[in-house]
Amino acid sequence: MKLSRRRFLAGSGATVAGAGAALVWSPAQASESNPQPGKVMLDYPQTTISKAGDLKVGQPVSFSYPDTSSPCALVKTGRKTQGGIGPDEDIVAYSILCTHMGCPVNYSAEERTFKCPCHFSVFDSELNGQMVSGQATENLPRILLSYRDSDDSIEAVGVEGLIYGRQANILPSA
Amino acid sequence: MFEHKKDRIALPPANAQKTQTCCHFCIVGCGYHVYKWPADQEGGLAPDQNALGLDFRQQLPALKVTMTQAMTNVIQDDDGSYHRIMIVPDNDCKVNSGLSSTRGGQMASIMHSPQTPVGSQRLKYPRVFAGDEWRDTSWDQAVTLYSHLTKLILDDAGPDQLMFNLFDHGGAGGGFENTWGTGKLIFTGLGSKMVRIHNRPAYNSECHATRDMGIGELNNSYEDAQMADCIFSIGANAYETQTNYFLNHWLPSLQGQSTDKKRAVYDDGETIQQTRIILVDPRRALTVALLEQAIDKDNILFLDIEPGTDTALFNGLLTYVVDQGWQDEEFIKEYTTGFEDAVKANRLSLDETSEITGISKDKLIKAAEWAYKPKASGHRPRTLHGYEKGIIWGNDNYRIQSALVDLVLATHNVGRRGTGVVRMGGHQEGYCRPPYPGGRPAPYVDQEIIQGNGQMLTVWACNAFQTTLNAEQYRNEVLRRSDIVKQAMRKVRGAGPEEMAKVIHKAVKEDGGLFVTVIDLYATKFAEAAHMVLPAAHTGEMNLTSMNGERRLRLSEKFMDPPGTAKPDCLIAADMANALRKLYDAEGNAEMAKRFEGFDWKTEEDAYNDGFRRAGQSGAPDIDSQGGSNGHLATYERLRAAGNNGVQLPIREYKDGKLIGTEMLYTDGKFDTDDGKAHFQASPWNGMPDVVEAQRKKYRFWINNGRTNQIWQTAYHDQHVEFRRGRYPMAPLEINPEDAKDLGIESGDLVELFNDYGATTAMAYLEPDIKQGHVFMEAMYFNSVMGDLVTPWTDRNIIPYYKGTWADVRRVGRIDDYADRVSFKRRRYV
Repeated sequence: MKLSRRRFLAGSGATVAGAGAALVWSPAQASESNPQPGKVMLDYPQTTISKAGDLKVGQPVSFSYPDTSSPCALVKTGRKTQGGIGPDEDIVAYSILCTHMGCPVNYSAEERTFKCPCHFSVFDSELNGQMVSGQATENLPRILLSYRDSDDSIEAVGVEGLIYGRQANILPSA
Repeated sequence: MFEHKKDRIALPPANAQKTQTCCHFCIVGCGYHVYKWPADQEGGLAPDQNALGLDFRQQLPALKVTMTQAMTNVIQDDDGSYHRIMIVPDNDCKVNSGLSSTRGGQMASIMHSPQTPVGSQRLKYPRVFAGDEWRDTSWDQAVTLYSHLTKLILDDAGPDQLMFNLFDHGGAGGGFENTWGTGKLIFTGLGSKMVRIHNRPAYNSECHATRDMGIGELNNSYEDAQMADCIFSIGANAYETQTNYFLNHWLPSLQGQSTDKKRAVYDDGETIQQTRIILVDPRRALTVALLEQAIDKDNILFLDIEPGTDTALFNGLLTYVVDQGWQDEEFIKEYTTGFEDAVKANRLSLDETSEITGISKDKLIKAAEWAYKPKASGHRPRTLHGYEKGIIWGNDNYRIQSALVDLVLATHNVGRRGTGVVRMGGHQEGYCRPPYPGGRPAPYVDQEIIQGNGQMLTVWACNAFQTTLNAEQYRNEVLRRSDIVKQAMRKVRGAGPEEMAKVIHKAVKEDGGLFVTVIDLYATKFAEAAHMVLPAAHTGEMNLTSMNGERRLRLSEKFMDPPGTAKPDCLIAADMANALRKLYDAEGNAEMAKRFEGFDWKTEEDAYNDGFRRAGQSGAPDIDSQGGSNGHLATYERLRAAGNNGVQLPIREYKDGKLIGTEMLYTDGKFDTDDGKAHFQASPWNGMPDVVEAQRKKYRFWINNGRTNQIWQTAYHDQHVEFRRGRYPMAPLEINPEDAKDLGIESGDLVELFNDYGATTAMAYLEPDIKQGHVFMEAMYFNSVMGDLVTPWTDRNIIPYYKGTWADVRRVGRIDDYADRVSFKRRRYV
């Protein structure tokens, strides 16, 4: 499928808006006369996950975010992707708990989708976790990522969408 | 509140109001609970602090809950107070056992909320077209205009000039309350027979054949799928269109989890075996694809039949079964008539059957053995036959259904647990009306409109602009005739409703105009032709009873006010009837006034008690009610107590504080005919109708069509919900990649489909499971009307052959803004 310029920009834009609090207004970048704005989203931790160079196309890396009871997958799809990060702009991450009833979804490297074996929902890893088909009522929550050129590191900085089985993405004990 | 990104949710407090509701989308009717509480409050994380009783201080395990933002909303009641609502599936409901589908799971999202995109689209006040613009008005003004015009036409030209497009069902836009209210107005009051129903151009049943043969189309329980030896799915795609019936009953059976249920009902010594499934569908639909992943492949038989040849399939199977001696002679002799004649008339050899249907002889024999060959113990297998639009909208509805029921009767697959011959169904049901005053076949109302007949058309909770055959011509004629009235109204200034009614009457009587009233939740596509629009209420905004595909009657309780001055359809009908009664009273016409008596209803419960609960009672008029003569036992109070499990109709008795219903019909061998016997009906294979065959010869693609999981009916809600419209900005069209390549089409391209009857557009999705020469299109979509391509041909009862048309496809171009936002990954779980 061709990826129009607009499609790519639409995706990147969405990610910047979501991750903006971390990317644009990180303390190092904010000037003193421009105080950090209030946040609409919860206060997410910044967690280093991996080096981009360590990822192999189609082989997801498991991690947890924003805490240890929330399993996620970091994927190098191999194709420039909406909001993808890294040198090839093809790295994305999602909660792997299906938004329908919380079964762990499996990544299909061939289709570049996440599939739920319980009730057969399919989510698109290249389109913000959009539900392709199935029984969920929300897309797969996206883990917002930040990439640092200097050391090739990938950080998780936020979550877009409510993780299954929670009242809020940040648990009170966290 | 509406926010586009949310990472938290407000929980219902432990003391939140809790009511029951039945999902108002598909026929399955899953049970849900509605929590409602003041908007400025929320429950705590500890289990005793929230109404769900769950511990949100930690991550919940899988399958513990279904709770997403789509299941919440903030609504406003008439007193100005804001409340939060959360609508979540009921774990104790036998239908869904806590499962929710992508449709039911969004119920809270589509409730009226001033803040949401979907809420802002609801109709709130009656509107009258003022010549060049819409004006909000009062019910009094609107009903005065409606009743005066109705009376002018009725007195002058009789009831045949009063035409209706009318809902007929339960769930959303229906309920026993509303079918009764509208039926009483139209049949008893106005006496009109010029009524088309729901999705078809006349007042008819999609199941005349099975009923004529003595078998109501909903004759078993969902649980029977768990007792079956074999599930025979014909022209149905259960995962997408009866989701939780499939997930909660079919799948466990096919995965070998229902042995105990079988043991409980099988005869002593009867073989208990692994449930198998046979699926008949020209398309490798999602249900087929996922079953190949979810169950043992050796237990699936997929018959990818040639379109429109189902009659031949059933006749071939019947012939083979009889030749093998697998029929149930004792049952046939004792409880049926016409077996010999039907077998003779329907006889078709395996060779002929294979040639017509495109199914190999090996597969035909395998299907016959799975479904009908006696088991090791000598008992006949229990085979559940579920059929839907492949037959309902297939090639000669009446004949296919006859052929299927012949096969079922010969093998005694009705009235035994684990069997049945049931329509899978689309929406829930809730039929309760006075007898239809017309004959059979009923008038082909769409053609009457096209031919210039009818002066007034009331479109009530349905939308034929998207859901009829030969839709383009129909739409054009309605719009043309509507415009004649608009021109007339445009010239009038300062007229009250009485005077305006006279102006309109002249335009419809003398100038060929058509006055159109739309009564609905939204300003639908049909409202483009309307002169008056009246706002209705739906589930949740009124108390509403309906029954599901196993005749399970439930009460969905009101939990919020309708928007603006919107009101239940039954009370709108009562307003109209009461206004007409006054008009006839005023001129001393007691006979006519009497026809509009008995509408002194204050609430929807009054309408329910007047119709559903009076059926079959002494002193009551004739009432055709799915509740039968025991409907009177089901009071609102008793239904509230019965919860989301309700009671399966017909009700047998009320005992020890409980309504006792009927799980399976015909267990006693008494069928719904005059002689109590089931009647075989001769139904020889008859080929393709000529007008359809002409399109087939002329055009390249068979235009298969139906529903996709996320979209309900005409997308009347869905087109306003970002999760759904964002997924499908236009009707999706699945096309084989080789065909697409040949036509220069890529996924995301807009394509035009066209034939002798019309043209429509859709968005292409390349899908290898679609055969070359076939396409599959979402039917009835708001901006892509597949019915534009469908021929005007119908069966003997005016049932369309929606599945039977051919067209050419061409690439139009591409709207990047659409294509960029939707996934073109395969919808099939493979």
